[in-house]
Amino acid sequence: MNNRLAVTTALLIAIAAPALADTAAPTPPPTTLSGRGGLFPMQGGEAIYKGVCQGCHMPDAKGATGAGMYPALTKNENLETAGYPVGVVVKGQKAMPPLGPYFTDAQVADVVNYVRSHFGNKYKDKVKPEDVKLMR
Amino acid sequence: MIGVVAGSAAMYHAMTEMGYASESTFKGPIKLSAPPPGTSVLILGAGVAGMVAAMELRDAGYKVQLLEYNGRPGGRNWSLYGGDTYTELGGFTQKVGFDAGQYINPGPWRLPYHHQGILHYVNRLGVALEPFTQVNFNAYVHSTKAYGGKPQRYREIQADFHGHVAELLAKSTQQGALDQKVTKQDREILMAALKNWGALNGDYTYAKSIEASNRRGFEVDPGGGLDSVPIPSEPKALSEVLTSGLWASIGAGCNYEMQSSIFQPKGGMGMIGKAMGKELGPLIQYNCKVIDIKQDDKGVTATYIDSRSGGEKRTASADWCVCTIPASVLSQIPMNVGAPMKNAINQLPYQAALKVGLQFKRRFWEQDEQIYGGHTYTNQPNSIIGYPMWDYFSKGKGVLLGAYTFGQPAFIAAAKSPEDRIKDALEYGSKIHPQYMQEFEAGVAVAWHRVPWTLGCAGAWTDAAREVHYNNLCAMDGRIVLAGEHASRIPAWQEGAVTSSLDAISRLHKRVMNA
Repeated sequence: MNNRLAVTTALLIAIAAPALADTAAPTPPPTTLSGRGGLFPMQGGEAIYKGVCQGCHMPDAKGATGAGMYPALTKNENLETAGYPVGVVVKGQKAMPPLGPYFTDAQVADVVNYVRSHFGNKYKDKVKPEDVKLMR
Repeated sequence: MIGVVAGSAAMYHAMTEMGYASESTFKGPIKLSAPPPGTSVLILGAGVAGMVAAMELRDAGYKVQLLEYNGRPGGRNWSLYGGDTYTELGGFTQKVGFDAGQYINPGPWRLPYHHQGILHYVNRLGVALEPFTQVNFNAYVHSTKAYGGKPQRYREIQADFHGHVAELLAKSTQQGALDQKVTKQDREILMAALKNWGALNGDYTYAKSIEASNRRGFEVDPGGGLDSVPIPSEPKALSEVLTSGLWASIGAGCNYEMQSSIFQPKGGMGMIGKAMGKELGPLIQYNCKVIDIKQDDKGVTATYIDSRSGGEKRTASADWCVCTIPASVLSQIPMNVGAPMKNAINQLPYQAALKVGLQFKRRFWEQDEQIYGGHTYTNQPNSIIGYPMWDYFSKGKGVLLGAYTFGQPAFIAAAKSPEDRIKDALEYGSKIHPQYMQEFEAGVAVAWHRVPWTLGCAGAWTDAAREVHYNNLCAMDGRIVLAGEHASRIPAWQEGAVTSSLDAISRLHKRVMNA
C-alpha cells in the first residue's frame, strides 16, 4: 500500500506539473484520488472531524448503513490501538479511501486523538505527528 | 495563488485525459450461441453493466434473474426530477423542488460519439438523444485571482493565448531560433500556419484587428445598413493571460471524451436505465439487499433481505453469477472467492464527487449573457457551471448544474448538509452570475460518498493498483465474474460498464460451452 501510494503521488504530481508551471504556482498539491484538491484546510481534531469525517461516519459518529455501511466510531474497540485508526485514515481500507495525501501528519494525529477521546471513547494515550509519519 | 486556480482546473482536465481517455473496445453487437437448455445466471445489480448482461444472456437463451438494491433500474444511470425524493446516508432527505420536467443527472451525463457500446443499447431501446455541448466559446473561464475576479469569455482567453503564442513562435522562427529544428522550406509553411492558427496580422503580430476579433469577438459587432462598421476589440496582454492561469481551462474540449459530437438522452440520462428496466421487466427483483454470496461446484447462491424493511432472509440461486455490485459495497459482503479477487475488491477506493442542481426562475444566462449550453470553468470549489442543453430560448425556468467537483472539495461537501452544499454553490455561482440570488428557486445536492448504494462515485484506480489487482478483479473466480465501470479501463464512464459487461459474459459463456 505504501508503495502504491508513493507511485500514485508521483503520477499525479507529474500530471499536475504542466498546469502548475506558471510562476505564481505554490507547491504542487498532494496526491488526491481524483487529481483535484490540496490539503484539507481545517485545523484541530474537532474541525477536521466535522469538516471531513462526518461525511461518512456521520455527525454523531454512529456511521450509516445502506447497501454497504460506514462503521460507527462510537465506543469503538478498534480504536484501542492508536496505530489502527492512523493506518486506516492514511492508507484507507475497503470503502474508506486513503486520505493520507490530503492531510499533514499533525492533522491525522489531531483527528485520531479527537475521535479516540470523544463519542464514548476514552483512550488516554495520544498519537503524535511522528507516529503518523511512520505510517506513510 | 493563481497557480492553484490554474492547477485545479487543469488537473481536472488532466485527470479526465489520463484515466478516462481509453478507447472503447466495443466491436459491435455481441453474438452468443445457445447455451445448454436451462443454464441459469444470477445477476447482482441492475445498473448498466448488470442490465446489459441480462439482455444479452436472456437473448442467447439463458435463464436470467437480477437482484437490485434500489426500487428502480439504472444504478448510477440516474436523473433526479422535480417531485422526486432522495434520501442519502444519515437519513438526510431532499425533496427535489424543481418544476415538473426539470432535472439534473447526478451521475453520468455525457455520451461521447465513440462510446459505441452504450450508444448501441441506446439505439436498440429507442432512447431519443440530443446534442450535448461541451465547449461554449461564449461561456466563461473564471478565477477569483484573475481580472479582479471578473469572469472572462472563453473565446477571448483562447484567441489571445493562441494568438500571442503564435506571434512568439513566428518571431522565433524569423530570428532563426528554430533553424536547427525546422527546414527552410518548412519555415515558410510554419509562418503561414502560425498566421492562420493565431489570427496574426500581415507582419506576424497578434494585435487589435478584424482577424483577431473574428476569433475573440468585437468591441462593436458588424451589422446591417448605416452604423454597421465593426470595431475590433483589444486583445489582453500576453503577460496578463499567462498569469491569469485561465489558459488551463481552454483545453476542455480537446480531450477525447469531450470532443464533439457528444449526446445526452432527451429528458435525462436516467432514460437509458428506465428503458433497460422496461425491457427486462419482471426479470428484475427490486429492493433486494445482498448480504452473502456463496458458490460451490454446482452453482451460486445469493442471500438477500428487503433493502427498505430488512426482514427475513431469502435466497436466489443459479449456475453462474455476474456480480456488478460496486467494490466499495462488495468488499463488505461475505463472498467465497479466492484471495486474488478478494484483495482486488478490497484495494479499490471510490472517488468523491459532488453535483448540485439549481433551478432559477428564468434563464438569465441565455437572456442576459447569450450562453446557450456548455460550461463555465472556475477555480472555486464548485469547479463547473453547466448550462442546460435543452429548451433553449424557453421563457420558463431552467436548471443549472451549479457544481461538479471531485477530490478534496467533494469530500468537504459530503460532510455538509445538502442545504449547505446548495448554499455554497449559490455563493460561488453568484461571483460569476450576479443574478443568482435574485432568481434562485430550488436546489438538490448529491455527494457521492453518501449515496447509499455506491459509497462513492466510481472506482479510483491508479496505474500501480491496476498493475497488481486489475486482472484479478476481472478474472472469473469459479462461477462468479465481476462487471461494471470498476472492472474496465474506462472508469466512471457508462462505456466502461458496457464493455466490461460484454467481456465478462463472453468469458462466462465460453466457460459454459466448454463445461
